[in-house]
Amino acid sequence: MTHRQAVIIGGGPAGLAAALRLREKGVSDILILEREQRLGGILRQCIHDGFGLTRFGESLSGPEYAQRFIDRVQQEGIECITDCTVLDITPDKVVTAVGRSCGLLQIRADAVLLTMGCRERTRGALATPGTRPAGVYTAGVAQNYINLQNIMVGREVVILGSGDIGLIMARRLTLEGAHVLGVYEVQPYPSGLPRNIEQCLNDYGIPLHLSHTVVDIRGRERLSSVVVAQCDERFRPIPSTEQEIPCDTLILSVGLIPENELSLAAGVELDARTRGAFVDEHHQTGVPGIFAAGNVLHVHDLVDFVSLEAEQLADSAAEYLLSGSLPECGLEVKAGQDVGHVIPQRISGTRDFTLSLRVRRPLQNVSVVVRQGGREVLRRKMRKALPAEMIQLPIKAEKLTADADMEVCVE
Amino acid sequence: MQRYDVIIIGGGVVGSAVARELTRYRLSVAVLEKESDVCTHTSGRNTGMLHAGFLYKTGSLKAQCAVEGNAEFDRVAKELDVPFKRTGKLLIGFTEEHRQRLLAMIERGRANGVPGMELIDRARMDEIDPSAGGNFAVYCPTSGILDPFLYTIALAENAAENGARYHLYTEVVGCGRLEDGSHVLHTNKGDFACRWVINSAGLRSAKISEMLGIPGYVIQPVKGEYFVLDKKAGAFAKIPVYPAPTERNTFDTHATPTVDGNVLVGPNSFNVQDGEDYSVRQIGMDGLQESGARMFRHMKREYYIRTFAGARPKRIDPATGEIQDFLIDRPDSVPGVINLVGIESPGLTSALPIARRVVGLIREKEELTPNPAFNPVHRSIRRFHEASREEQAALIAQNPDYGEIICRCETITRAEIVAAIHNPLGVSTVNGIKVRTRASMGRCQGGYCETRITALIREELGKAVGDVRLTNGSSAMFTGFVKGGDQA
Repeated sequence: MTHRQAVIIGGGPAGLAAALRLREKGVSDILILEREQRLGGILRQCIHDGFGLTRFGESLSGPEYAQRFIDRVQQEGIECITDCTVLDITPDKVVTAVGRSCGLLQIRADAVLLTMGCRERTRGALATPGTRPAGVYTAGVAQNYINLQNIMVGREVVILGSGDIGLIMARRLTLEGAHVLGVYEVQPYPSGLPRNIEQCLNDYGIPLHLSHTVVDIRGRERLSSVVVAQCDERFRPIPSTEQEIPCDTLILSVGLIPENELSLAAGVELDARTRGAFVDEHHQTGVPGIFAAGNVLHVHDLVDFVSLEAEQLADSAAEYLLSGSLPECGLEVKAGQDVGHVIPQRISGTRDFTLSLRVRRPLQNVSVVVRQGGREVLRRKMRKALPAEMIQLPIKAEKLTADADMEVCVE
Repeated sequence: MQRYDVIIIGGGVVGSAVARELTRYRLSVAVLEKESDVCTHTSGRNTGMLHAGFLYKTGSLKAQCAVEGNAEFDRVAKELDVPFKRTGKLLIGFTEEHRQRLLAMIERGRANGVPGMELIDRARMDEIDPSAGGNFAVYCPTSGILDPFLYTIALAENAAENGARYHLYTEVVGCGRLEDGSHVLHTNKGDFACRWVINSAGLRSAKISEMLGIPGYVIQPVKGEYFVLDKKAGAFAKIPVYPAPTERNTFDTHATPTVDGNVLVGPNSFNVQDGEDYSVRQIGMDGLQESGARMFRHMKREYYIRTFAGARPKRIDPATGEIQDFLIDRPDSVPGVINLVGIESPGLTSALPIARRVVGLIREKEELTPNPAFNPVHRSIRRFHEASREEQAALIAQNPDYGEIICRCETITRAEIVAAIHNPLGVSTVNGIKVRTRASMGRCQGGYCETRITALIREELGKAVGDVRLTNGSSAMFTGFVKGGDQA
C-alpha cells in the first residue's frame, strides 16, 4: 500500500480545478485518478460553446474549457492516472483502484476529494410503460455517440424532459439532419436554462410542450412511436389527451443524479434532497478528511460554478492537510420555504462561505432571505428565480454569529 | 439441405437442456432458434426460482420434475458453473384461513416428496428474515434462486461444446416429410432434415405441434409484469417471501432476491392473446407498487431500476379452460416427434428432468450409443468483482483487460465483455452481452457502459455501425454516421 497526501477521484472539471488550487496552496503530493483514457470528464463530449463565461469571461467549448485546466495540470506536473477506476474507498481513506497499466492500487490518503460528477436518470427509474426497443437513449449517451464516436442514433426524434443536455441534443440532432419532433416536459416550466430554450429550441423551431409526458413506448425491435399525454398538476396523465407520435428515437433528459456509490462505501452520509453528501462550509463530508464538490455534491447548472466550488473545496482541503484540522461546524443550515436544497448544510458561523441553493418552483419578484436565530443575515431581491438556475450567495463572517442555526427561505 | 439426427425447435432452457442431454450420445443435434439468442422469451423472463415442488398436483409431471430438478441442482450448478443459492422460501400467512391453506401445502409437499417443510411461528421467522411480513409461515428449506439467463446459456454452451449446432435467427415456418420418412423443417434459412423433431417452442408449441400434424392443443399465454429493484434494496431481502396461496392454489405478487443481490417484485398475472408482447402497462405497475409494498417493506420508487414482463405458456383444456400438466409426448400418429407443450413454471427447475424424459422416449425407439467425448463440465466467464483483491491483482497481471472497468455499476471488466462477445453460440447483440456479463444491468442502466460495449462489438467482430443490434432483426442501435463521420 502506498501513501499520498491528496487523492482526487475523477479528473473532470471539479477534480482538475481542485488539483490546481491544492498545488497553489502548497500541497505537493497530489494524485488524480481518472477512469477514462483522457482527462476532462463529461466536458469532452460537450462540443457546444457557452462554457467559461463566468470563470474566464469568454465563451469556450467544453473541450476547450477542460483543456485550459489540463494544460496547467500538466505544467504543474500533477500526477494523474487515467484508465483507472476506483472500486472502493474506506472510511479510513484507503482507496482501491484498478487500471490496465497500473494494476490494482491501494493507496492510503490523508485527504480524499470526491469529484466523480453525476449520472443520468433512466427510463427504469421513471418506470415509463411500454416495450423495450432499440432507439431509446439518455441525452448524455446520445451525445457520446454523436460527438465522440460520430454515430447517428436516429432520424425522427422525440425528447422527453427539458434538461439542458436534452435541449443541447435537440439542436445537435437537428444540425445533423435529424427531425426533432418536440420536447415534452412533465413540469409546467422548463428544467433547462432559458438561454438553452432560446438557442436550442426556439432558434430551430422545435416545439416545447410543458405539462406533457410520454405514457407509452411502442415498437418491438426499433422504436416505432411514443404516446404523449398532457399531465395535471400532480403529473398524472389526463385521460383522452393521448397522442401517438411516430418516431424512431426517444431521448431522455429527465434529471441527473450525483454519483455517490463510492461515497456511501466510505461511510459518507447523503442528503436526500441533493442526493450528494452532507457537507460543511469546508466542503468536508461527515467523514473527516473526505471532501466533495461539483456535480457529485449537487447538480450544477454551469461548469464554471463547478470549478469555483472545487477551488473553494481545495482551499479547505489544503488547510486541513497543512494545519491538520479545520474549525468545527456545529450550526445547521436549513432549507426553508420554496428552497429545494442548500449547500453547505453545516457552518461554523465564524468564517466567510458561499451559500448555494435552488428554488423549488419558478418565482417572480421575491427575496432570498438568510436568517440566523430569527435575525436577518442577508436579503437578496430577485426579479426572477428559476429552479433551473443555481443561486449562489457569498456570506460574510462579520454578519454571522457562532451560536444559532441558519435558515434560508424565499419570500 | 442440412441433415441432423435430432432437431430441437426452440432454444429456451428446456430446448437447451434437451440438446445438452442428447449430446451424451452419438447423435448429430441442432437447435433452431428464431431469435438472436437463447432464453429470449419465457426462459429469460421469470423470477429465476428453483422451485421445491409443493405447489403441484401429486403425481403430476410438474411435481415429479420439480422435485427431481430441485434435488440435483447443487451438482448441476457446480457442473455448469452457474450462480445458485439455496435460500429456502417463506410462504407467509396472517389469518386462520391462510393457516389452513398453508397446512394443506405442507401436506401436498410431503406427498410430492418435498423434504423439510414446516409451519413456523413469528419468532422463527425473525431468525430467518426479520423483514418478512406475516404472523406465521411455512418454511421450505429446499427452494432456491438462480440466474435464468446464465443457466440457459450454460446449458446451450455446454451442448454446443459437446457438438450441438445452434442456428439462431432461424424460424420454422412449415414441416413436411421426405420419402425416407424423415422430417423436413422449412425455415427462413432453408430446409433442415432430421429423424427426430423435438418441439420445445414454448409459447409457440401448440402452433409447431399443429405444423407437425398434431393439432388440438391450446396454449394460453399468461403474462406477468415485474419491477427490478436496486441492490440497495437487495440488502433487505434475504429469502424469497411469498404470500399464502390463493384459493386457486396460485401465488400473488412476491418479492424475491436475485443471485446478484437485486430484488424482483412481481409478477402479476393476466391472460393475453399475444404472448410475445412484453410491454409493461401503467396499470400493472400501479398494482405492483401496492401489492409489492405489502410483501416487501422497502418497495420504494428510488430503488426502481427497471421493469419487465414475461409470459407463461399454459396448456389449457379447450373444453373446460382448466390448466393442464406439462405434456411430454411421443405421439404414435406422427413418428419421430417428441412434443413438449405447455412447459411453463416450474419449467426452469424441470428443464433437465424433462430433457431426460425426452431422451428416454427416444431410447424406447432406438438404441443410443454413449458419446465418449461428452464433457458435462462448463466454465462460465470469470467474474472479476467476485474475486478477492489478491486474485484481482493476479487477473490484471495476466490480462490487462481485467484492469479496465467497462460497467462501473456492476464492476464488469473489458476481459469479461470481450469473452462474452466471442461466446460459443455466436450471439453478437448488445442484449446478449448484457445477459452474459450483467454489464448495464445496474442502476445506471448502461449510461456509462453502453457506448463502450457497442464500440467493443464493432471492434472485436468488425461489424458495421448499422449492424450493431440491441436484440433481434430490425433492432439496429444506429442509423449511420454523422455528416462526414464515416470518413473521420
